[in-house]
Amino acid sequence: MAADVSLFSIFMDGVFIRNFLLIQFLGLCSFVGVTKDTKSAAGMSGAVIFVMTMASVVSFLLYTFVLVPLDLMFLKLISFIVVIAALVQLVEFVVRKNLPSLYHSLGIYLPLITTNCAVLGAVLLNVMSEYSFIQSVVFGFSAGLGYTIVMLMMSGIRERVTLMNVPSAMKGLPHAFLIASMLAMAFVNYFKVIPL
Amino acid sequence: MNVTTLLIQSMAVLGGLGLAIGIMLIAASKKFHVETNPLVDEVLEILPGANCGACGYAGCADFAARVVEEGAPLTGCPVGGFEVAKQIGNIIGQEVSEGEKKYPYVRCQGGVNCTNRFDYVGMEDCKAVMMLSDGEKSCSYGCMGRGTCVRACPFDAIRIGEDKLPHINKNLCKSCGLCIEACPNDILVFAKENEKVHVRCLSNDKGKFVKEVCKFGCIGCKLCEKACPADAIHVTNFLAEIDQEKCTACGACVEKCPQKCIEMR
Repeated sequence: MAADVSLFSIFMDGVFIRNFLLIQFLGLCSFVGVTKDTKSAAGMSGAVIFVMTMASVVSFLLYTFVLVPLDLMFLKLISFIVVIAALVQLVEFVVRKNLPSLYHSLGIYLPLITTNCAVLGAVLLNVMSEYSFIQSVVFGFSAGLGYTIVMLMMSGIRERVTLMNVPSAMKGLPHAFLIASMLAMAFVNYFKVIPL
Repeated sequence: MNVTTLLIQSMAVLGGLGLAIGIMLIAASKKFHVETNPLVDEVLEILPGANCGACGYAGCADFAARVVEEGAPLTGCPVGGFEVAKQIGNIIGQEVSEGEKKYPYVRCQGGVNCTNRFDYVGMEDCKAVMMLSDGEKSCSYGCMGRGTCVRACPFDAIRIGEDKLPHINKNLCKSCGLCIEACPNDILVFAKENEKVHVRCLSNDKGKFVKEVCKFGCIGCKLCEKACPADAIHVTNFLAEIDQEKCTACGACVEKCPQKCIEMR
């Protein structure tokens, strides 16, 4: 089914058309939680790109060479979660060792990538779309990239909003939700029209 | 495929996956091991864990790290107070002397004793009252008694009394200073436990005006200045101020004050 889809269209699909944050609304916890400043948003995004790409690789291998031959496809959810959790743990070790300040500013959100449905969503979409190995990796990476673009846009806007005189009832989260809705409108209306 | 093989295969796949990942993570945790000072964790155990930031650092974990590694003052945690400081001292091997406890002190005796310029009807909050031409009270320095400090206190230590003035419950107060920040008229000031004598007024208005509007306001008559044997009290801008360093708490000014505006506690 998916064999004839070009890598470029899969890439555009992951980054824009099926953007995880603004079109599919997956992984919103970190979207409003870590976008208060650009530095931690960038760090979080880097971690998500890594975890999504690696999870695509490992889950593809696991699914194609272990679960399908043994006819154990019903185990995909639980085994993918285990893989993602392990990868996140690995990222946490690396970030803690090499970037302690980022580790502190990410706080609880770093371990929460485990339960970030965007990662599991990317992996499950790979399986559902019956992508090949290369296609899976490209889709995982592009989904992470789409996440990064939106995170950076959002954090840039929210950083500038702190200088604005927002009515106190709208400060913080309510205002962030408004920004998110407008960004989402832009994404839906722009990228729905790209023919693939 | 019968049920037994299915079960065994599932268990083998998930078990094997878990085992492989476990071994990988153990190797990674060895490789990326971070040395942390065990004392920091011990200190963190003792701290209240409210992460209120009253110490001036970003939460309890940060405070613990600063105390152990950078020699921040042991008594830095106002919530834990002396007990916590003593326990931290035991861990990192330092003696602590009992720090002075300080409490917010209400520098106004107005409330019901102060006349109103108009009847305020609206939101029951000092900041809102302030916005309406500097408040309903005739004295622009006085307490409005609408409880902004009560709502600011996370420890439920302030009550507005019958006299429409805030009263601080010292048993509940943790000296975090949030009420002092919240008060729009800066009525609340920190006073140490051993500072006995206080001027309970902040008005810089002239004596005649103060006498008209408030029963207890400082009129700047300088009787206290003359009565003080230690030269500790001085009137500037129609308001007496006590130099707590010099004050001997003899009570001479308290007796002399015609307005009953100096208090000994």
